[in-house]
Parts: sequence; C-alpha cells; structure tokens
Amino acid sequence: MLKWLFFALIVRPTVLLIFGVHVRGREHLSHDKPCIIVANHNSHLDTLVLMSLFPLRKIHRIRPVAAADYFMKNRLIAWFSTQFIGIIPLSRKVEKSHTHPLESVRQALEAGDSIILFPEGSRGEAEQMSKFKSGVAHLAKMVPHISVVPIYLGGAGKVLPKGEALLVPFIIDVYINEPMMIGEEDTQAFTERLEEVIKKAGERDV
Amino acid sequence: MIETITTLFSDKSGIVLLIILGILAFATLVVSVIFRTKTSQELKDRVYSWWIIIGAFILGAMLNTTVAMFFFALISYLALKEYFTLIPTRRTDRRIIFYAYLSIVFQYWFAGAQWYGMFIIWIPVYLFLLLPFRQVLIGETQGFLENTSRVQWGLMMFVFGLSHLAYMMTLPAVAGHDVGGKELVLYLVVLTELNDVLQYLWGKALGKHKIVPKVSPNKTVEGFVGAFITLSALAVAFSFLTPFTTLQALAAGMLISGAGFVGDVVISMVKRDIGVKDSGHLLPGHGGILDRVDSLTYTAPLFFHFTYYLYY
Repeated sequence: MLKWLFFALIVRPTVLLIFGVHVRGREHLSHDKPCIIVANHNSHLDTLVLMSLFPLRKIHRIRPVAAADYFMKNRLIAWFSTQFIGIIPLSRKVEKSHTHPLESVRQALEAGDSIILFPEGSRGEAEQMSKFKSGVAHLAKMVPHISVVPIYLGGAGKVLPKGEALLVPFIIDVYINEPMMIGEEDTQAFTERLEEVIKKAGERDV
Repeated sequence: MIETITTLFSDKSGIVLLIILGILAFATLVVSVIFRTKTSQELKDRVYSWWIIIGAFILGAMLNTTVAMFFFALISYLALKEYFTLIPTRRTDRRIIFYAYLSIVFQYWFAGAQWYGMFIIWIPVYLFLLLPFRQVLIGETQGFLENTSRVQWGLMMFVFGLSHLAYMMTLPAVAGHDVGGKELVLYLVVLTELNDVLQYLWGKALGKHKIVPKVSPNKTVEGFVGAFITLSALAVAFSFLTPFTTLQALAAGMLISGAGFVGDVVISMVKRDIGVKDSGHLLPGHGGILDRVDSLTYTAPLFFHFTYYLYY
C-alpha cells in the first residue's frame, strides 16, 4: 500500500511528467508474465524509471534486487527500501552459507514477481558502462523458463548522478530490447551477449 | 467552465478558432478518408497531433489569463528541457542548468504581474551576468565559454522569446477597440502556425529551388514566397483580432512570415549541429516540442515589439 501510494503520488508524476521518458520497444515488455529486467546502472533513478514502465496495478509485483550493504544499512533506510520500493536485498560479499545467494530472487520469480537487476553491480561513473557480472546468467540458469529483458537507460545519470543530491530534469531514454533466454548457452557467453545488446542500444540511441 | 467555453466561441476569437477547427476537420477528412491509402503515416500523425495542439492551446491559453501564464511557462519548460537533453553537458553544468529552469518561474511571474522592466531585463541582463559568476564558483574552467553560451542561448530562445506570448496575453484592450492581449496572442499563434503549414503546402505543390539546402533541404523558394504572399493576405483578413490598420496588418503578416521562416531554420541549425532529425518525440509526426515552437521563438518577440511600439 505504501509502495502504491509512493509510486502513484511521487515517483510516476516526477519521472513521467517532470523529467519525461522516451521509451522505445515497449512491445518487448510483458506486463503479465514474470521476467528478469536487466539494465545499465548510473543513478538511483534507474530503478524508479524502470518501475514506472509498468502499470500501477502491477507495481507490487516488481522487485528490484539491491545491495544489502547499502539499502539495509540502518533501520530507516531498510524500512524505506522494503516498504516503499520493495527490494530484495542481496549481499555483495561472498559468504559461506547453506542457501544459494540468489535463492530469494528465484523464489520471488517462481511466485510470479518480476525482478530488476543491475549486472554492473554499482552505479559507477555517470553515463559510462562498466563490465557486467555474471549473476544474471546464473539466475537465468536457475529459472530457464523465465526470459531476460535487456534495457538500456540513458540520461538518468545526468538527472541524478552518483554523489549528487540535486535533481536536474533531462529527458530519460529507455530502450527495451527483445527478451533473451539462456537455454544451453554458458553463463560467460550469455553475460557477454547481454552486455553487447545493451551497449548496442546505447550507441543506437545517439 | 462550460460558460467560459461558450463565451469564448461567441466572440471574435471564437470565430477564428471555429475556422481553424473547420480547416483541421477538413484536413483530417482528406488524409483519413479521401486519400487514406495515399497518405503517409507521418502526415496522418501530424494532422492528428494538431487536434491535441489546438485543444491544449484553447484550454491552456484562451480561457483564462492566469491559466495561460502556467500554460506558456510549461511550454517554455518542456522546450528548454528538450534543448538541454540535446546539447552536450558537463557534470558541472547541472548547477547552472538548474538555475536556468528556475528562471522560468520568475520570468512568467514578471509577465503575469505586468512588471515590464523586470520582464525585459531578467534574462538578457541578470541571468546573463549571474550564470558566469555561478560557473566561477564551481571553478571548472574547461569548456566555460561554450557551455555558458549554450545555456544562455537556450534561455533567450525558449524562455525570454516564448514568454512574450505570456506578456502579450496580459495587454489591455487598446482605446477605441474591443480587442486586447488574448486576441493578439491568437492572431500571432494562428498566423505563425499557418505560415509553417503554408510553406509546407506551397513547397509540396510548386517547390523546386531549395532555399537553404545545407540547413533544411525540404524548404524551397516557392514554399517561402507562396506562404509569404498568402500569409500577408490572411494577416489582413484576420486583422479584426487586432487594432491594426490594413497597412499595419500587411506589415505584421510579412513580419510573421519572414521571422517564422528564420526561427524554423535556426532550430534546424541546432539539430544539424547536434546531429538529430527531430528534437524529441512528444508529438507524433511533428517530432518534439522544439520542432513546433521553433517559428514562435522568432515571431513572438518580434510581433510583440511591433505591436507594443505601435499601440502601448
């Protein structure tokens, strides 16, 4: 409920009206089937922009996967992250534990939620892409029937770059690519293919 | 609301709006019924988008002066945002771009309050002096001149230039005439937009000689001259919206046609410089908002001062 209100009253008006989003390839995004959304990452806004692509009534089904060390740092941030955004916290450190680190993500997907993942692992420098990590491919192996939707985001890093607090409106570009399935492909090749698709969309953008 | 709309359509501006809506209805009939198969999707989209533009203009600008201030401020904001999205920016420019957005509020406040002195110097003097100073405080010397100039240019075109529409809106009726700001704005906007359409139609019908081949290959001498003559005649025909004599209306028509053309190709220059075809995507068939207000960035200030000099 908090999440719905937050998106209906604050996020969507800001993202869609004050900034403006230019979406291409909307037909590649299914609102009904769960999917793994993968995008390049430059700004905290990225998650909010991606979530605004879905209709409000679906908003509770969209779960961003976010770094536990940052978004669960203290109780206030954790409360906001889980109640307003609905993140699935993920540890960035390698831990020895009896469950697979992506197990909670797999469960969410199996339950019919869609998830958002940023394979760069961090926001990095504005409008520059760093190397993709292979987590998405490992996840795709765990749920081979669920498609991966690669999305290029441009401009959000200008609106709100890492380390800035002042929002400055620019139009944000969203380029939704054709969904991909991992099939028999190995994780390394799939990760490279994913990175290539998003990079290409970014080059086509200008 | 209903009452305001009926009053609107029963006075002089209402006649013009009905004529325009009639022309648009006819154009819609032509592209979607008579020549349905021959018309390109882009042209159809363009015609359909005109309904949205005219609808927004009537609701936003014609019903209430206060609403009109917000409406024109919003147009300035959208145009400026499109422009800032297109131009290259450094991370350190975000601060002055933020100031540029903020200046819109003040510019339209001055317009709404009819504070002519501030309205006319706020951007060309105060912002012009302030933005470089803010850059100094940030301290990034590389690219200072290019970036400050780009931002100032955008402010002059899309905030200062377009805000003349808002100021014109607040002008009172001229003694001895029952027409004031609202009618003048309608006169200017209708003629400017008709000029664009006429250039396109004359160019399609007779166009042979390109007028500025490097900047805008679709513009022809025939299109320009045809529109220039037709628009001058229309300016006289619609002069019941203004206090103008026939001669003044003729001059206004020539001014709007010439300036509209220049505004159009100047924005084409910007797009060529950056390397895009359309400035944005807001209006299907038209491109972005810059592609629609390009002529107005020139006609609005020039026509405003033409009228202001003669009657205010």
